[in-house]
Amino acid sequence: MSDISELTITALRFGFLLLLWVLIFSIVSTMRRDLVIGRKAAMGTPTAREVRKHPELAPAPPQPVKQQAHQLVVVEGPLKGTSVPLAASPILLGRAQEATLVLEDDYASGRHARLFPQGSRWFIEDLGSTNGTYLADQQLTRALPVELGVPVRIGKTVIELRP
Amino acid sequence: MIENLAMPKPRRNVELVLLILALAVGIGASSMVGLNSPAAFDGDFWFQSSLLVVAALAFHLVLRFRAKYADPVMLPIVVALNGLGLALIHRMDQPGEDTGNNQLRWTLLAMAVAIAVIWLLKDHRVIRRFTFISLAASAVLLVLPLVPGISAGEVLGASVWIRIGPMTFQPGEVAKITLAIFFAGYLSSNRDLILLVGRKVGPMQFPRFKDLGPMITAWLVSIGILVFQRDLGTSVLFFGLFIVMIYVATSRISWVVIGLALIVGGGFLASKAFAHVAFRLDSWWNAFTPEVFGRFPGGSAQIVQGLFGMADGGLVGTGLGQGRPDLVPFANSDMIIALIGEELGLIGLFAVVLLYLMLFTRGFRAALGTRDAFGKLLACGLSFAIALQCFVVVGGVTRLIPLTGLTTPFLAAGGSSLLANWIIVGLLLMISHTARGPVDTTPITHAPTLAVKTP
Repeated sequence: MSDISELTITALRFGFLLLLWVLIFSIVSTMRRDLVIGRKAAMGTPTAREVRKHPELAPAPPQPVKQQAHQLVVVEGPLKGTSVPLAASPILLGRAQEATLVLEDDYASGRHARLFPQGSRWFIEDLGSTNGTYLADQQLTRALPVELGVPVRIGKTVIELRP
Repeated sequence: MIENLAMPKPRRNVELVLLILALAVGIGASSMVGLNSPAAFDGDFWFQSSLLVVAALAFHLVLRFRAKYADPVMLPIVVALNGLGLALIHRMDQPGEDTGNNQLRWTLLAMAVAIAVIWLLKDHRVIRRFTFISLAASAVLLVLPLVPGISAGEVLGASVWIRIGPMTFQPGEVAKITLAIFFAGYLSSNRDLILLVGRKVGPMQFPRFKDLGPMITAWLVSIGILVFQRDLGTSVLFFGLFIVMIYVATSRISWVVIGLALIVGGGFLASKAFAHVAFRLDSWWNAFTPEVFGRFPGGSAQIVQGLFGMADGGLVGTGLGQGRPDLVPFANSDMIIALIGEELGLIGLFAVVLLYLMLFTRGFRAALGTRDAFGKLLACGLSFAIALQCFVVVGGVTRLIPLTGLTTPFLAAGGSSLLANWIIVGLLLMISHTARGPVDTTPITHAPTLAVKTP
């Protein structure tokens, strides 16, 4: 195409490179907006170890809410009798050392299940464990709300929420 | 996490804007090629561009309906790379050749298959049921090119092709996906077993011998590909995929140490035993020696011509359609990175490498966000496969490592690779949809009851 001047071709050449980088910078700015949601949210729930290292990551003190669960009690299994006070932060259950409640239970996975508050209720969610998590004899396939006194079974351990 | 879960954003409109930019890149590249080549703006240009636009928008609409929370940048990145690839392949077509249109047909087919994956697969966790079926499928796919009758024989030194009627296909590309599914399924159920037992030697904990079984198998499969199919690249890709997935699953550095030792050992033996591997190493190490340059087969002319091309391109490149990539053998497939370096320069090549990097990080982001071990491993494995492929190709073309015959994802001419990589993107989009979407907290009403689950 000789009817297009050399200058136009050169301008288009650089224009194309510019276009490529415009695309890249728009993608990067999208990703930036996607990542800047506060350190806590970006990293997921801080584990106990992270909280020890960075105290600023510690979850905010619990807000006073209406009648609801205030402790988690192990009613069966090797840790029977243990209780964990519930704050407004999620709880990781499993055999892994970073778990909030470290289950010494051969039938539990490292990161077995997660108990997290949403609104005024607590939800339990299986984290892809090998032997599954049972809420009142029903195996969890998704996050479900845990009512007070309903048994949650993980391996040989049974836990309950108490007011 | 809680704040994050409270209001997940679909961000589909952002995707649409980025997609329009990405299409502008692809079509812009085509029109630059059109301006600078005698073929100019023929009917093909308008036809190809409109098909690409329609396909990309259709994909976007499917995401709106089926995977609302999917990652908003993956599709634009892939469309930009694929569009650029189409333009470059079209640019390399000699009169009478039809590689460009063939690539467009494969692109449309691959996008249709990826759409089907997203449409039919509501949840990626379903695939976990096919763990051992995928192992069997991988075995069949890997053996297919050696079966007389459908084997396309030895093409360019490697027998990795099958021929069905007029079409040729590389089943190894799809085997990459099925193997990743198998590794993810196997490791997510047996991770604890592998993790807990083992001897401690110094700072490292080594696995039991019987847990080494899968690793030895993966190693033998890779060696088998190298010996019987003479394909160094695929062999490295499969073994690398396995090492990374087992490392991600167990976070034990000992696996990487054992794996690298096996690679070095296997590579050394292979270079002694097989002439083609020895040639590859020689033409990498002594590329600029005249006798190595002129040797046929197994010379270094391809690499060196590619390097000359990139040197000619310099910082800003010669402009699309104005270089001499026809001097480089396979400039539209194996050496497409050299073609980009020549015609778009260092600035353009870096843009392409960055696009790959961002695709890879988004894959890992999906892996971090998703809540099930299988999904995490699968997303890691699939995005790592793309990254390793890029490293092996770009490293080979720039003479950082020996050149091996792997395809550049989405860019290089080759239908099987396109199909496999689009399916990977479909799966990654599904995983990111569950990772970014809200946690389903509605009560179960008609979920199937699972009475006994066998491990």
